[in-house]
Amino acid sequence: MGYLLESIRNGLPLLLEQVLNGLQLGFVYALIALGYTMVYGIIKLINFAHGDIFMVGAFLGVFGFTYWGLPWPAAILVAMAGCAVFGVMIERIAYRPLRAKGAPRIAALITAIGVSLFIEYFSSLKFVFGPNFRVVERPFGDVRWTLGGVGISNIQLLVIAVVLGLLLALQYVVYRTKIGKAMRAVAFDVDAARLMGIDVDKVIAYTFAIGSALAAAAGVLYALAYPQIHPFMGIMPGLKAFTAAVLGGIGNIPGAVLGALIMGQAEVMTAAYISSEFRDAIAFSLLILVLLVRPAGLLGKAGPEKV
Amino acid sequence: MAQTSKRLAAAAAVVGLYILLELLRRTGVIGAYWAQVMDLSLIITISAVGLSLIYGFAGQFSLGHAAFYGIGAYTAGLITKTLGGEIHWYVLALAAGAGAAGLVAFLIGLPILRLRSDYLGIATLGFGFIVKVLLDNSDKLSPTLGGARGMLGIPQTTTFPWVFWGAVLAILLVRNLVHSSYGRACLSVREDEIAADIMGIHTTRFKTLAFVLGCGLAGLAGGLYAHRYSYLHPQSFDFLKSLDVLLIVVLGGLGSLTGTVVTAIGLVFLQEWLRGILPQDYLDWRGVIYAIILIVLMVRRPQGLMGGREWSLRILGGGEPVQIVTGKGEKGRASA
Repeated sequence: MGYLLESIRNGLPLLLEQVLNGLQLGFVYALIALGYTMVYGIIKLINFAHGDIFMVGAFLGVFGFTYWGLPWPAAILVAMAGCAVFGVMIERIAYRPLRAKGAPRIAALITAIGVSLFIEYFSSLKFVFGPNFRVVERPFGDVRWTLGGVGISNIQLLVIAVVLGLLLALQYVVYRTKIGKAMRAVAFDVDAARLMGIDVDKVIAYTFAIGSALAAAAGVLYALAYPQIHPFMGIMPGLKAFTAAVLGGIGNIPGAVLGALIMGQAEVMTAAYISSEFRDAIAFSLLILVLLVRPAGLLGKAGPEKV
Repeated sequence: MAQTSKRLAAAAAVVGLYILLELLRRTGVIGAYWAQVMDLSLIITISAVGLSLIYGFAGQFSLGHAAFYGIGAYTAGLITKTLGGEIHWYVLALAAGAGAAGLVAFLIGLPILRLRSDYLGIATLGFGFIVKVLLDNSDKLSPTLGGARGMLGIPQTTTFPWVFWGAVLAILLVRNLVHSSYGRACLSVREDEIAADIMGIHTTRFKTLAFVLGCGLAGLAGGLYAHRYSYLHPQSFDFLKSLDVLLIVVLGGLGSLTGTVVTAIGLVFLQEWLRGILPQDYLDWRGVIYAIILIVLMVRRPQGLMGGREWSLRILGGGEPVQIVTGKGEKGRASA
């Protein structure tokens, strides 16, 4: 009994530290997952290029504070603005023509894969970002505090604070502004929204802009937390964030955050207590198990299948 | 009578094509490099025909096809590597690869085929990742499998006749299945699952049938691949490879077998051709050009190259082409 208490006392700070690591990762996933879930909620498209927008955001941010002499908060904003424009451009060039033709959803999905490959390979060209890994030099020092045996770093606090701030901002936009109301209307019923005079294409463009800006912020935070960037860095976080969005119930904003937090914890806990090699396997097994019990995700509503 | 003569003509055409290709290879008109590309394109064709059955005909969205390709490759490779590369072990290995992939598909399919459209896609994607992680760590199970370092020294027994006739077999199997009552049942599941159910079709059974057979073909392709290149690496069976096969099936036109075959061969050759024509300094552009071609093709022809029509199927052995009403089975288009 004494031994058990002893091991819990020793193990608890470590566990709490892992929870913090999981929160850091989960919050980054949450920002990416929001873009997936919002776009899916409106046009039912798995935007495979979203992970690559995250990558472009990371590069823009890192270039901002390393080469362009911007203070890091400004670099995040520049990355967000740049990616918002980029996201809207992609939508305009690649997805809107398909919508106009009334193409099947799978055609849009394949186009998204094409766009994803294009961004990855184009970024790998030498005059763009180059094919190599780049080590990120953080614009501020690494500070760690210890609270009751639990270590916490300034990066973790920064990630959590920035993400919470952006989540509040998003909440405001979606529930308190006119464009947010339009977005919810389009997500609910495209045809009815159009009949009410909502410019659906404009709403979709805004959705891409917001989602891409959030992904860019996630990219810069990710680059600060795990200081290495390369043109293919967006694939895995993108897929995991998408998985998180599905886990939480795709199309559902709180669901995306919940799913991302679960995904982050699952991954970090597996790496800490089981084996880092199996982190992806456990995270995806969790997804499959959840889908079998709740086929529309944790917070998703299993509506009747419209055929 | 006309039916029989058409079939004979089709069979003669296939044999003729085989003899022609074999002659071109023997005489060196097709060099070793392009011969290898041709073998690869036929192997990919077998795997793509499998996904065509699953997604194009039965409408079950799978993003994890490469996992079954990998299961087949590793199973087959393990057998010949431990037992030897004699012909009987090789045949056993191919059968075991296809069987293992089919069995795993059956076990995983029973629970996850209840999911629909994108959710099924995500579940299969997750399964693909799990298989990749297991392959990466397979050396802990048996050192022969090689884990993340890859599996070396598989006997190189796959030759052109094997891949050619393997592909013919796969195409015939799927073609005949699609034209049978089983195939009609699969099509009805794709078009409208609820209606099919009401008409008395055991939807789970036909979804599972298509999934198991399609994944079995991927396993067969994997076995051929393992013995063609004699080296396997988990990277060759990851998520991006699953996407490649999906690209082929959709670009070819969902529900078009000939479209799948033409696109599978075309894309493999396109990638190699781009490698050949680009000057050394611009080799990095290969991926960019490939991506642009994909986007343009898809935006210009959202219904795929063949758009659900069959090409020369009538000449190749009769039977009405299987029509697909694009977009009708897919509920909700890319926004109305």
